Amino acid sequence: MLRGLAGDAAAHSELLGALTRYLRSFLIRRLGRNAADLEDLVQETLLAIHTKRETYDRAKPFTAWAYAIARYKLIDQFRRNRIRRTEPIDSAEELFATEDAEEGAVRLDLNRLMSELPERQRALLEAVKLRGLSNAEAAANAGMTETAVKVSIHRSLKALARRVRDED
Amino acid sequence: MKTDELIALLASDTSPIAKRSVSLRLAIVALAALALAFGVLVAWLGMRPDLAAAMHTSAYWMKTFYTLGLALAGFALVERLSRPGVSGQAGALLLSACLLAIVGLASLQLMRTPAEEMSSAMMGSSWDRCPWRILALSLPGLVVVLAAMRRFAPTKPALAGAGAGIFIGGIAATVYGLYCEETAAPFVAIWYSLGIALSGLLGAVAGARVLRW
Repeated sequence: MLRGLAGDAAAHSELLGALTRYLRSFLIRRLGRNAADLEDLVQETLLAIHTKRETYDRAKPFTAWAYAIARYKLIDQFRRNRIRRTEPIDSAEELFATEDAEEGAVRLDLNRLMSELPERQRALLEAVKLRGLSNAEAAANAGMTETAVKVSIHRSLKALARRVRDED
Repeated sequence: MKTDELIALLASDTSPIAKRSVSLRLAIVALAALALAFGVLVAWLGMRPDLAAAMHTSAYWMKTFYTLGLALAGFALVERLSRPGVSGQAGALLLSACLLAIVGLASLQLMRTPAEEMSSAMMGSSWDRCPWRILALSLPGLVVVLAAMRRFAPTKPALAGAGAGIFIGGIAATVYGLYCEETAAPFVAIWYSLGIALSGLLGAVAGARVLRW
């Protein structure tokens, strides 16, 4: 390191080569052998050791300095990974948002289709299928027989089905 | 890129590094901060008219030694904390020594102060402006020191930033002493310290953001 600091390129290259092996085993111990970003981290640390070599104090042990840089880069990596892991939550929220939008669109379509039905049929259909009244209750409300209600709703549904098919 | 290629690339760029490179850069920063704070002081507040006479009083030098001591402690903190794997113990020790000295001096003075003069010894006539002025005088220097430190490698950016704030705050407070006419040690112990602490706080907040590498 000292010769590298003095500007000796060969010594500097030799040092970085040796450091690479130490760094790789240091990082393998902490990240596991198959960590995808292992080599990225090795390179990033090497780069920092090179660009920050000014901060090495010649009176202190070199390895302590180099490993402190590796540790800093490793912690930095963990921090970034944690941020990355929160991303799925964001995309999940987007998923919910689109579903809401689709549901809204469906409701809009249904309203539009139903508005094309005759007023009487539409009122009955709403009462039975949307508000959940029984056929008998709807018949009593509208002053019709239960059978007439059934027929009306059947016709409404058929008409709606036809409209949907036509639109498709 | 392959790691071997990276090594070859890095080895081709080996400009020699001076032995005391970090200290040298910080010394230049100190001079720049001193000049900047002085320039702002002259343009903004001016100097106390009785400065020459004041320089013969012990109160003036008490203030100056205290603030310079803090600046030196800040310098030591920054110089150490800018390096990976090194602790800032020496700087922290000097910092505590300075604080202990001023608190001791202030207590001694207060014990000899009659009760009715107690509040004027502590509050002086400019307590509400003093810390803010010190902070304002340290702003240009803070920018310079943080910019210089970006090339270093502090593994605790916020702590290194706080050291930088104390370093520059000490310089700014020393310069402010050329204007401020307060002489009581309790005043210095409270309000000068507070101004330098504000600068340290600002340095810590800014350091946590700009000193990452």
